[in-house]
Amino acid sequence: MARIIVVTSGKGGVGKTTTSAAIAMGLAKKGHKTAVIDFDVGLRNLDLILGCERRVVYDFVNVINEEATLNQALIKDKRCSQLYILPASQTRDKDALTQEGVGKVLDELAKTFKYIVCDSPAGIERGANLAMYFADDAFVVTNPEVSSVRDSDRMLGILSSKSRRAEQGDEPIKEYLLLSRYDPKRVKLGAMLSVEDVQDILSLHLLGVIPESQSVLSASNAGEPVILDSDSDAGQAYSDVVDRYLGEDKPHRFIDEDKKGLFKRLFGS
Amino acid sequence: MSLLDYFKSTKPHTAKLAKERLQILVAHERSARNQPSYLPALQQELLKVIQKYIQVDQDAISVSFDSDDDQETLELNIVLPDNPNT
Repeated sequence: MARIIVVTSGKGGVGKTTTSAAIAMGLAKKGHKTAVIDFDVGLRNLDLILGCERRVVYDFVNVINEEATLNQALIKDKRCSQLYILPASQTRDKDALTQEGVGKVLDELAKTFKYIVCDSPAGIERGANLAMYFADDAFVVTNPEVSSVRDSDRMLGILSSKSRRAEQGDEPIKEYLLLSRYDPKRVKLGAMLSVEDVQDILSLHLLGVIPESQSVLSASNAGEPVILDSDSDAGQAYSDVVDRYLGEDKPHRFIDEDKKGLFKRLFGS
Repeated sequence: MSLLDYFKSTKPHTAKLAKERLQILVAHERSARNQPSYLPALQQELLKVIQKYIQVDQDAISVSFDSDDDQETLELNIVLPDNPNT
């Protein structure tokens, strides 16, 4: 049975697409056949983060409108044969998505895929609502910052009241917290909300803390999901997230400041 | 700014402030989340009816909605003026 994961946040720019690309690649590299869908119709970017922007021929809306088959639209990743990308349409607006159409595409994907990752657009409009509607699990990406935490809480309310599971009275969506752009140094100075602070407010199951890292920008520059950069802190943090999601018990990392020696501090790492 | 000031200057601990503000805000928004959407309209209409008989202020009326596992409570609170006949 396929598991549908929505990567959501409410607020924009917190790292939803970075996270979707990383965890989809992580799940696929673990041998699970995974599809990742860009729901941001009109502002597609997942293709760019995954480095397949020049291979897009058909998109999600073409499939919904039956102008192309799902197999025609799915792009097979060149680095990992278990990963497939369904890009968003760049020329339509978000009303091109319909609940019935999205449901049909997800049902068809569920026949052959183990995990379906839905990369939600920001906001609480149609695209975001449809990205979360069919979900089994939700990864709520939050930055340790007031507006992001507030928007995440708003999103939690929507997940628990407007999803298919809520409407049908099924077991609720499993909600996980992914705290990104975390800077332990500023937390220590009292200038940034800590993991505990955010947990006190949102009380979610913490799947992982992604440190603020230059490797995220480098990865997007190159079109390589940051999880493939196994030397980087963010890449390792995302690997942990995938392992924890799959049931492994891994201690949390990157929460405390890296204790650098004097030499490293002087000459950099 | 002297060198001494540089070492003395401490950054304000704004994270604590952020957490306090969020806790209040989120609690408020969560309580509003479960309220039926007709509540503001209901409040306005009730106020109009009451104002037909009693001179009350706009903010003299409050409507709140609470729900727990087995019951939902609609609470209506009207503050009457000290001397309603004048």
